[in-house]
Amino acid sequence: MDLVEAVLSGDRRAISRLITHIENNAGDAYASLAQIYPRTGQAHIIGITGSPGTGKSTLVNELAKAYRAADRRVGVVAVDPTSPFSGGAILGDRIRMRDLAGDPGVFIRSMATRGSLGGLARATANAIKVLDAAGFETIIVETVGAGQSEVEIAETAHTVVVVEAPGMGDDVQAIKAGILEIADIFAVNKADREGADRAASALEMMLDLGSSVSGRRGGRGVALHHGRLMEVAQGSSQAGDREARSPDNNISDSTDWRSPIVKTIALHGEGIPELMDAITSHRQYLEASDELSRRNRVRVANELEHILRDELTNRLLDKIDQGALADLMAQVTARQLDPYAAAQYLITGDNHD
Amino acid sequence: MNEHHPSPSQKIRVLVAKPGLDGHDRGAKVIARALRDAGMEVIYTGLRQTPEMIAETALQEDVDVIGLSVLSGAHMALLPRVIELLHDNRMDDVLVIAGGIIPDEDIASLKEAGVQGVFGPGTLTEDIVTFIRENVSKLGVGSKE
Repeated sequence: MDLVEAVLSGDRRAISRLITHIENNAGDAYASLAQIYPRTGQAHIIGITGSPGTGKSTLVNELAKAYRAADRRVGVVAVDPTSPFSGGAILGDRIRMRDLAGDPGVFIRSMATRGSLGGLARATANAIKVLDAAGFETIIVETVGAGQSEVEIAETAHTVVVVEAPGMGDDVQAIKAGILEIADIFAVNKADREGADRAASALEMMLDLGSSVSGRRGGRGVALHHGRLMEVAQGSSQAGDREARSPDNNISDSTDWRSPIVKTIALHGEGIPELMDAITSHRQYLEASDELSRRNRVRVANELEHILRDELTNRLLDKIDQGALADLMAQVTARQLDPYAAAQYLITGDNHD
Repeated sequence: MNEHHPSPSQKIRVLVAKPGLDGHDRGAKVIARALRDAGMEVIYTGLRQTPEMIAETALQEDVDVIGLSVLSGAHMALLPRVIELLHDNRMDDVLVIAGGIIPDEDIASLKEAGVQGVFGPGTLTEDIVTFIRENVSKLGVGSKE
């Protein structure tokens, strides 16, 4: 049985091997991805993000158990940071997930960011596709929990849960930009600690502030489409792409989503049913409104653009003549040539515009 | 067995595991940090792992190396069982090494069972890193098992 067939039939060794091939950029990985791609798009992808120490892994453990009790097969991708100095990593999220051991309906894969910024590894989106195609209906992605800018999860997940914990800082933390703006759901974990109510109130207040922060559903996808591909595609756009042209357009009020704040004590399993309900409601909202298809389009646009940029850059770099490059760099260093002109020369072979 | 060193873009993935009922994991954590500092990706799963849990983790994480740390004296019962389960999962190419409190007289039996290196207290972490780099098996990425 070949690798792809094995993955599609749910063979765990094959799933594991294919994810490794993808991580290592092995030659046949892309051919395999092409074969499984038509079978993706079934899973509900839930992103769990938040600062370190908020209890993300414990929460993932509890959520996964609850989905298993509801007879869903659960894939978990847990991302941890690669050391920028050694290139190595400690992947320790599984420590908190021992309740899931031995359950054939669960597959957990730990990934290191390998230099990628934004909270996910470059291979994460593709690893998710493998789990999706292999039949895992719920896929939980736990990101690196470093703070404000690890928002890549919003491009990848259908539902993003931002985990907060009381006593992590003053109330001003709640209104800072970045990670809080991508929340479809807030989980205030360790809710038995002092300050839990204050943390929840601070989040409510931030949501009340309205249009420029989290809770504006029309904005999330647009803010994250940071490339040009969507604009290029405007010529054959459908009505939903109106959002891409006018960032302040909200989806109509009747289908707007206000991010609920759920209090949890993951260590005791408290608040988990409520969190699951919020996730289910969010999924229903996505399907009932235009939001699911809009986010899918944004995701496809972003992914295509990443791939295009990488591919084109690599092709260009492969063609550069090292002698010409050395010469140009010497000229730029000596201020005889500016870097933009040098780059033009490398691209076109002509230093006259 | 075709052994060659992984290319620079590939990382050596190591599972550091504590089978049995050891009460602490200070040594295992020292090793885990040393391997990370040597550029490896270390999956650490905590205390009180059964051989079944270890083999399943190794499979899901597709590790290249498993480092088993046992302080309790139960190594002769636990380590061969892990290797047996790896065999059942067609993971014979995983490098298995051991550490902790393992008497010299047991080393030969462990090696016969498939443990390729035993590193007791006082081993320099650099020696473990070197051993791994020299002995890790990387079958061609096109291999299908």
